[in-house]
Amino acid sequence: MQVTMTVNGASFTSDVESRTLLVQHLRDNLNLTGTHVGCDTSSCGACTIVVNGEAVKSCTLLAVQCNGAEITTIEGLASNNALHPIQEGFREKHGLQCGFCTPGMIMASWQLLERNPNPSDGEIRHALEGNFCRCTGYDNIVKAVQWAAQNS
Amino acid sequence: MGKLIGESVKRVEDRRFTTGTGQYTDDIVLPRMTHAHIVRSHLAHARIRSVNTAAAKSADGVVTVLTGEDFKDIGGVPCGWQVDFKDGTTMHEPKHPILVADKVRHVGDAVAVVIAETKGQARDAAELVEVDYEELPVVTDATEALKAGAPQVHDDLPNNMVFDWELGDQGATDTGIANAHHVTKLEIRNQRLVPNAIEPRSYIGDYDAARDFYTLYTSSQNPHVIRLLMCAFVLELPEHKVRVVSRDVGGGFGSKIYHYTEEALVIWASKQIGRPIKWTAERSESFVTDAHGRDHNTTAEMGFDDAGKITALRVRTDANLGAYLSTFSTCIPTYLHGTLLQGQYTTPAIHISLNAVFTNTTAVDAYRGAGRPEATYLIERLMDTAAAEMNIDPAELRKRNFIPPFDGVNQPGYQTQVALQYDSGNYIAAMEKALETIGYQDLRREQEEARKQGRYLGIGFSSYIEACGIAPSAVVGSLGARAGLFESANIRVQPTGKVSVYTGSHSHGQGHETTFAQLVADNLGIPMENVEIVHGDTEQIPFGMGTYGSRSLAVGGSAISRSLDKVKEKGAKIAAHLLEASVDDLDFADGKWTVRGTDKSKAFDEVSLAAYVPHNFPEGMEPGIEFNSFYDPANFTYPFGTHIAVVEVDPDTGTVTLQRFVAVDDVGNIINPMIVDGQIQGGVAQGVGQALLESANYDESGQFSTGTYMDYAMPRADDLPSIEVSQNVTPCPHNPLGVKGCGEAGTIGATPAVVNAAIDALRPLGVTDLEMPLSPPRVWSAIQQASA
Ligand code: FES
Ligand code: FES
Repeated sequence: MQVTMTVNGASFTSDVESRTLLVQHLRDNLNLTGTHVGCDTSSCGACTIVVNGEAVKSCTLLAVQCNGAEITTIEGLASNNALHPIQEGFREKHGLQCGFCTPGMIMASWQLLERNPNPSDGEIRHALEGNFCRCTGYDNIVKAVQWAAQNS
Repeated sequence: MGKLIGESVKRVEDRRFTTGTGQYTDDIVLPRMTHAHIVRSHLAHARIRSVNTAAAKSADGVVTVLTGEDFKDIGGVPCGWQVDFKDGTTMHEPKHPILVADKVRHVGDAVAVVIAETKGQARDAAELVEVDYEELPVVTDATEALKAGAPQVHDDLPNNMVFDWELGDQGATDTGIANAHHVTKLEIRNQRLVPNAIEPRSYIGDYDAARDFYTLYTSSQNPHVIRLLMCAFVLELPEHKVRVVSRDVGGGFGSKIYHYTEEALVIWASKQIGRPIKWTAERSESFVTDAHGRDHNTTAEMGFDDAGKITALRVRTDANLGAYLSTFSTCIPTYLHGTLLQGQYTTPAIHISLNAVFTNTTAVDAYRGAGRPEATYLIERLMDTAAAEMNIDPAELRKRNFIPPFDGVNQPGYQTQVALQYDSGNYIAAMEKALETIGYQDLRREQEEARKQGRYLGIGFSSYIEACGIAPSAVVGSLGARAGLFESANIRVQPTGKVSVYTGSHSHGQGHETTFAQLVADNLGIPMENVEIVHGDTEQIPFGMGTYGSRSLAVGGSAISRSLDKVKEKGAKIAAHLLEASVDDLDFADGKWTVRGTDKSKAFDEVSLAAYVPHNFPEGMEPGIEFNSFYDPANFTYPFGTHIAVVEVDPDTGTVTLQRFVAVDDVGNIINPMIVDGQIQGGVAQGVGQALLESANYDESGQFSTGTYMDYAMPRADDLPSIEVSQNVTPCPHNPLGVKGCGEAGTIGATPAVVNAAIDALRPLGVTDLEMPLSPPRVWSAIQQASA
């Protein structure tokens, strides 16, 4: 089936199998491998992206469901080579180690800060509970989001 | 040029990881690449009657289907460490077949592989492979597997024994326990865990017929070790025609050390089909095929005299190694567990006897801490339990038993009862700092007050020690390791004064590109951006042993340090030549060589250029500046610390809430404090995970009942408080950097502190022991039982 979607500002039309997950489409067809796959039960959040202004786990959607959608992935967050404040925040506060969860964490944080520009420690932890990080113990991720909130 | 060592320099690698431009193995796409899907056993133990691949072979897009029959002439994956029986009998070592032909021995055992044009086609066709099984009885628990009449995992290896093993002085220990004023005894189940790096394992095999050359892209912690095992033991490939590449890796925690059968599978099959093959685990596959961790059944007894001094420690352990022996599996319960039973204490007699056992479960191997968490857990649980039984404050009991401070220079190292010699330690200092940080006296008062209001606060301790910087080759060789455990580093100074460093260490989150660059730039007095750290490619780096056992800085960093010395020595010779001075008259500082007492100098980049434009070099001086070093440590390093956990338990629901966690660690000298703090925090989170949430479980039929993230609970952001970390510094006396390693400390220390805290909270209700993980139902039942 044919789907057209706008990803990071560019329009893509592709033929996909109807069972293709959005995350597979991004990774395999559009070569946007910054979005990661960490599970097969929609539990880890590594695949989190923004679809029509909402952070979603891209392994829970079929590509064909996203015909006409406006999508932002981690690759589209920095503009003109300048890192987004959340990306800066993760670097400033050492909010990542292996980096595998990081794209999903950053996109989920993006959603949180859109809705709540000044979240508390508890609000950040609650908002990110759908995203596993096995490396950091989360403390520095919380600080990274706070840094981004203060520097946006 | 500022000083870089000791600074919290922001990480070099973060630019790519925060922008989605890292390159993990599954991100790699090769021309004409095919995809593999593995048919795995859904049964824990069954004889294979037949495998029918006809339908799968003719399915859409299928390139080939292979079964155990195709691998009959290949021996399978060996273990990397030989631990023989007490009586000298050779360890029982069945090779792990790449695909099994005779019988499956655990859920997830690999029976066939389908290779197809797309991932979807491979998965679809795998559904069509028919395997006819004859079910066999199952055993999943190590102690059960030792009983007479238990099902046999390997038909030719009696009693499911891998080996039996002991360490320490049994006679002295028995006497010490028999004559003790007080004996504390615990039955401990150190439950099985799944490491769960968030990046699933992923491999691409690529055979180039034109060059007769093999390339394996792999999510591995040690590419050269994988290459060596594959070439020398499994596939007998020519080592000089095999390249193993492991660049960005999404976490390891031990689980990506080992040579896995799928690595050999994709490379061997790639030659058969003449095309690259990619295999990436699905998470449900990771759960049953990544090596698991822990899984010890232990009885531990500790004797005390009437002054509260430990008289002896006796340990009996059955260690579950699963159905096959993973690369390091045999050394974990022995040389990384039994040898750590001295802890931080002056215990005069220690004995451990241990059975290593086959069961119908996934292989067990090192998981962050690897043996040391199990040792620490039993010692530290015994200490808090004994303190309560003898009515001594748990901090006080530890202080009475600590080995006194020793720096390993003015005072000798501490010889333990269990083979090791500690390098340096100041255990009391870490304890005092932890007590002060947490505000111990006030906290005890707060606990009293809370109890009056029916609230149950608990305070738990853990004073751990670990052996890191793995490892002195001569020592591990005598203990059965089939490899040396040195590390390598090659430093190539480029003509423009830029520096490339090729390290045998491997970063999968540790931040070597930053820490190592700090070390090199600081030493050479050049900007960090002039230094590139290269790792993870056997075609680029010298033969290296990779990263595990908190060894990168202590061993790999020391190798870099050695090469830096050689670079500076050669640089000085060239500078002396250029300055027409004697080497002895030169000082090296701020990136330049200066003739002492003059303003005549040559900068690092001038010397570098001269090294490659040697127009007037004196006779005998070689051009170029490039030096390789292999560093083999003199001893392990011994990081240590005290962790204190504060929990509140809700007696109505059994919920344990971690309120505070203070970790005071001593990992020797520190190059990047930000990275060390991050390692400790992440480690603590995993240790807390074991205490409160995580458990890998098999049911009676050997089904893995915790095989998804919905069933296997790992810490999420809102499960944890902010973890309060700080460090003392007792330098390691035997490596050039004075560093000890920080990767596993958090995990080793954290678990017993949390469990001790929960038991401390519930002592007024009569609870004296709890089994991990401290799930609300389990804690609630313990409260009910205690009050019944
Ligand atoms: S891949 Fe884990 S939630 Fe999508
Ligand atoms: S940084 Fe490794 S999983 Fe989060």
